[in-house]
Amino acid sequence: MGKLKMEAAVLSQRQLAADIYSLVLKADEIAAQACAGQFISVYTGDGSRLLPRPISLCEIDRAAGTIRLVYRVVGFGTESFSRLKEGDRMDILGPLGNGFMKQQKKAILVGGGIGIPPMLQLAKELDCEKSIVLGYRDELFLNREFEPYGSVYISSEDGMHGVKGNVIDAIKEYGICGDILYACGPVPMLRGVKAYAAEHDISCQISMEEKMACGIGACLACVCQTTEVDGHSQVHNKRICKDGPVFDAGEVDL
Amino acid sequence: MEQPVNTSVTIAGVTLKNPVTVASGTFGSGMEYSEFVDLNKLGAVTTKGVANVPWPGNPTPRIAEIHGGMMNAIGLQNPGIDMFIRRDIPFLKEFDTKIIVNVCGKSTEDYIDVVEKLSDTDADLLEINVSCPNVKEGGIAFGQNPKALYDITKAVKAVAKQPIIMKLSPNVTDITEMAKAAEAAGTDAVSLINTITGMKIDVNRRTFAVANKTAGVSGPAIHPIAVRMVYQTAHAVKVPVIGMGGIATTEDALEMIMAGATAVAVGTANFYNPYATSMIIDGIEEYMKKHGITDIRQLIGCVK
Ligand SMILES: Cc1cc2nc3c(=O)[nH]c(=O)nc-3n(C[C@H](O)[C@H](O)[C@H](O)COP(=O)(O)OP(=O)(O)OC[C@H]3O[C@@H](n4cnc5c(N)ncnc54)[C@H](O)[C@@H]3O)c2cc1C
Ligand SMILES: Cc1cc2nc3c(=O)[nH]c(=O)nc-3n(C[C@H](O)[C@H](O)[C@H](O)COP(=O)(O)O)c2cc1C
Ligand code: FES
Repeated sequence: MGKLKMEAAVLSQRQLAADIYSLVLKADEIAAQACAGQFISVYTGDGSRLLPRPISLCEIDRAAGTIRLVYRVVGFGTESFSRLKEGDRMDILGPLGNGFMKQQKKAILVGGGIGIPPMLQLAKELDCEKSIVLGYRDELFLNREFEPYGSVYISSEDGMHGVKGNVIDAIKEYGICGDILYACGPVPMLRGVKAYAAEHDISCQISMEEKMACGIGACLACVCQTTEVDGHSQVHNKRICKDGPVFDAGEVDL
Repeated sequence: MEQPVNTSVTIAGVTLKNPVTVASGTFGSGMEYSEFVDLNKLGAVTTKGVANVPWPGNPTPRIAEIHGGMMNAIGLQNPGIDMFIRRDIPFLKEFDTKIIVNVCGKSTEDYIDVVEKLSDTDADLLEINVSCPNVKEGGIAFGQNPKALYDITKAVKAVAKQPIIMKLSPNVTDITEMAKAAEAAGTDAVSLINTITGMKIDVNRRTFAVANKTAGVSGPAIHPIAVRMVYQTAHAVKVPVIGMGGIATTEDALEMIMAGATAVAVGTANFYNPYATSMIIDGIEEYMKKHGITDIRQLIGCVK
């Protein structure tokens, strides 16, 4: 099959926290092929806001042919998505990028803020012992949904939930250990996770973010600096949309 | 009975089965988009700018969204001509479409180096980008001064085996003066417009939205400016004009053709509609059938 652009029907929309929404879409062709860590491009349907909004797949239900997006309202596009209701339609393109490379090793899953959603599908797909570390600014979301898949540890910046501080503080506080780290979240968090993995000599995969135009590897808008020469342009710039968004932490300069 | 329509156009002796190509830099070398469009259907594929050596391009963020379009300062990241000849041209050669290679450089020698290396390849046409607003040296410096444009055109034409297309910048006072300089120096065709230099400020971060500070505006928002410039250019020179700038629909493409473009290129629209080129090719044919036009040439420059 491969990537495609399609009009998907909204099956449900639910608000999870003050500015966090959960949207379930009917998208058989995408659900059939997608895996944890991949994303889709979502279009606003507004003729003046043309670029896609990249959103990770939070859950994929192949049997039902549905995908779930969990997103934070931060601007025009995400605000317009939050107003969609059951039966509405939206243009999406996917599945995009390479997901996590799953390994049968005792895993630590780390999600920070709006990097938490893709970790849910990963938690479902990984068939091994898992510690799940979720970092929040303040209000919690999705945390309960992780509970069936592993031990869940929480940190929050305001200290209202779990450990006061960030995900690394939680890992240290609870003495969490594992043989591989999978992480998605803001760059400062990824830096911390990468350093932690290097220090403990465990492998580490991180999911990156950048502004995108094509979403499929053609425009070179979304590059990140890499230690190795990239295959496409022979420089040190991998395309997050095509070569990522998940990279081996050692591959990227953060 | 339906009359067959002829959509083929000829640019400097190279015949395109239809007048639709893609704008350089928006389609890579076609690999990624071949998952969405049958490249055999396109009149030509125009590739991303390629220099004599790999260029890393600009820091990120490289793009920003604006109303009805976007801004970019990719900075011509490319793998260099050697890799391009080994990988990208053989890929495109597998398809029944013409190959237009977009060439960039920082000095006259850079351009000549690339053009000479392309001489024994299957490239059909060379588009010389002297209008990229996003690189500090070279590039646009050649495209904003008629004398400099004349000189670079002459130098490239002297070594090029394939016909050349000089790609003009809209960031000038009088586009016709530039087109005439390129024509006088012997260019086989001209293409326009490249992006229009702009600036966007991110008020939340209180800094430039694109790291390069300035960036090139493209997309539907610039379409009327492009149509005007194509019209003016088509009236000022005899060489064929390839029109681009904000083409997203059949109507946009037809406007450009009626203003005087022999061929048209679809750019930014690919990003939000990867099927845009294919839809426009079908749309042009439908329009011709509906209006009893048997040859696309009846439409080129029909609006005087
Ligand atoms: C691979 C990937 C996966 C993502 N997954 C999620 C997710 O699961 N949930 C979620 O809430 N957010 C996710 N994001 C971030 C999300 O793409 C942005 O929050 C969203 O694009 C903002 O759009 P807007 O119109 O609301 O904001 P505006 O600020 O109005 O957007 C303006 C432009 O900037 C782009 N943009 C703004 N912020 C970002 C950003 N952080 N990353 C990339 N482009 C941006 C928009 O796409 C748009 O083109 C992901 C980003 C990437 C790259
Ligand atoms: C992301 C991006 C990259 C581009 N790269 C190039 C390039 O490498 N060489 C070039 O001559 N023009 C480049 N352009 C300019 C386009 O080819 C075209 O002239 C311009 O975008 C106007 O057309 P549009 O509005 O349809 O996009 C680029 C444009 C965009 C948006
Ligand atoms: S968004 Fe175009 S290359 Fe990644």
